[in-house]
Amino acid sequence: MTHGSRHISVPALARVEGEGGLEIIVSDGQVTETRLDIYEPPRFFEALLRGRQYTEPPDITARICGICPVAYQMSACQAIEDACGAQVTGEIRALRRLIYCGEWIESHALHVYLLHAPDFLGYDSGIHLARDHPAIVARGLSIKKAGNRLMEVVGGRSVHPVNVKVGGFYRAPTANELKQLVPQLEQARQDAEDTVTWVAGFDFPAFDRDYEFVSLRHPDQYPITEGSIASTSGLDITPAEYDKHFEEFQVPHSTALHSVLDGRTYLTGPMARYALNSRRLPASVRSVAHQAGLTATCTNPFKSIVVRAVELLFACDEALRLIGQYRPPDPPAIDVRPITATGYGCTEAPRGMLYHRYAITDDGTITDAKIVPPTSQNQRAIEADLRDFAAPRLAMDHETLTRECEQAVRNHDPCISCAAHFLDLRLADKTDKAVRLT
Amino acid sequence: MAPDGPALAVWKFASCDGCQLTLLNCEDELLTIAGSVHIASFTEASSEVEPGPYDLSLVEGSITTSADAERIQRVRAESRFLVTIGACATAGGIQALRNFADDLTPIVYARPDYIHSLRTSTPIADHVQVDFELRGCPIDRRQLLEVIAAFLAGRRPNVRGHSVCVECKRAGRVCVMVAHGTPCLGPVTQAGCGALCPGVNRGCYGCFGPMESPNTASMSEIWKHLGAGGPALARTFRGFNAAAEPFRTAADEEAGKHDAR
Repeated sequence: MTHGSRHISVPALARVEGEGGLEIIVSDGQVTETRLDIYEPPRFFEALLRGRQYTEPPDITARICGICPVAYQMSACQAIEDACGAQVTGEIRALRRLIYCGEWIESHALHVYLLHAPDFLGYDSGIHLARDHPAIVARGLSIKKAGNRLMEVVGGRSVHPVNVKVGGFYRAPTANELKQLVPQLEQARQDAEDTVTWVAGFDFPAFDRDYEFVSLRHPDQYPITEGSIASTSGLDITPAEYDKHFEEFQVPHSTALHSVLDGRTYLTGPMARYALNSRRLPASVRSVAHQAGLTATCTNPFKSIVVRAVELLFACDEALRLIGQYRPPDPPAIDVRPITATGYGCTEAPRGMLYHRYAITDDGTITDAKIVPPTSQNQRAIEADLRDFAAPRLAMDHETLTRECEQAVRNHDPCISCAAHFLDLRLADKTDKAVRLT
Repeated sequence: MAPDGPALAVWKFASCDGCQLTLLNCEDELLTIAGSVHIASFTEASSEVEPGPYDLSLVEGSITTSADAERIQRVRAESRFLVTIGACATAGGIQALRNFADDLTPIVYARPDYIHSLRTSTPIADHVQVDFELRGCPIDRRQLLEVIAAFLAGRRPNVRGHSVCVECKRAGRVCVMVAHGTPCLGPVTQAGCGALCPGVNRGCYGCFGPMESPNTASMSEIWKHLGAGGPALARTFRGFNAAAEPFRTAADEEAGKHDAR
């Protein structure tokens, strides 16, 4: 087969969360189409929420994603509290940031060690990697465990925590319960620092992109639970203004809606957060990032693993800081009464910005819901990455190019379960008819 | 990874990935498991996908598309033992709420014609023979390890069908319903989570589905007494195990009481 006309297809993309594929179509030596096919079955969450009570979205929307349930819970709480005119401050706000740090640690350690690093080192999985490098994988699992443990102590369990509610928490953990996590988190912080050095030594293809980055921005903190929505082209809006600038639309090859910012493709996630907020990282974390070769902005998506590792370090550091200052909120939740209104919430899921909007009535009934997950927003940027990455590499052998294109998708830690409320990479001949079991 | 051990496969249907993630969350045991079984297919964790047959298939998610209804038949044909993991695979999941509603596609998608989705979300056992159903939204890590260990030892998993109340009593917790008047589904919900919700002063909301002999009529009386009967109880039954009997019937009855008023 010449590269004059070909299809590169990965029918079922591995090491991503959810079900999707990738397809690159080449004719006359030119990439004519790149598609991130998302066939994850739709689950219709926005429709299921209609008629439910305003207290239910934290539990229901957590089920959109087992990897980042806290992100859904936090964006949901914020949006509903916004509708009701309630504002969570002080110790409850700090405890929310703490459980969110647990999710960043768990999710980033999973992606860096088990999903993404095997690509750079030529292994099929973290389990294969462990056969040759058991101590490295054990380090990754140990960091991940520290994140899960933090979520368990604050949230009751790590997948779909039970302790989060509109207004705060059902029960505040005791200072002693949190203090017991400190040795494990201190080890995780050291391991995360070693992770930054480890991943910074990987070989990265030369592939710098001209992204418009979008993330939350906060005046004095690296953004997790709150901030204004900012972009590298100067956007600076509140979550309530989201719908004026961001538009979702449907494409035939995806059960996840695509999203544009004033008509433009953009990228959310660790690289975007870092580009817009690196100055807000603690000096100690910034110094580790600089030693790893990162400047104020990273535009090579293959190096997102380094940025993710820096955020992993930050999340461990921030968790320890928050535990050091912890005083149990009493009461653990504020009273939030329904009024007829619409509310907006936006927080930073591990893989990018997550927007929720709810309309409720004064008897607490939800009449409308809108949820825009990060992977949905990143689909167009991922497709653009694939096009520009594959185009100059069409002379490569099919298997290598296919593998590297898969890696180009994995750079963005796509969560297809989220996006379809899944992902499959098809880079193949139309004649290839693989029977799909996965 | 123990190429000679029994072949394990993990499959995903309509779901959130949380139950498969529970396998990866066995941080202390993951590499031991990978040394005892041969992980032949686990797309979320590995690019290596080997053809069947498989000795043990763990199936996450519910059937919501015609393509998936065909795919589960192929998974069953390739699997010696098939275990469903979680509320989606065992009861249809939260997405089974569509079973009780009009077509939801137009609410979410501008072009419903691009979407190929069945009108219902159904458990795996509605489509193929299932050897064991592990409950939970999400499943419990210790129960998952028990299921894998039992399979390796050739015995039945030791997973009990009693209620959350038993776990609560064993943990020495104060009953949130009796002491605080907090509506709780614990008496009719299967144990397995470790009675997490009462542990944070919250009523159980039924993640593990109905226990072996649930008295939903009595539950209804107590919730009514606490001022949470009718639509509030119907809504709670219509959660992550909405399509599981008898939660389904009980929810219909509660909603009906409301309509009659």
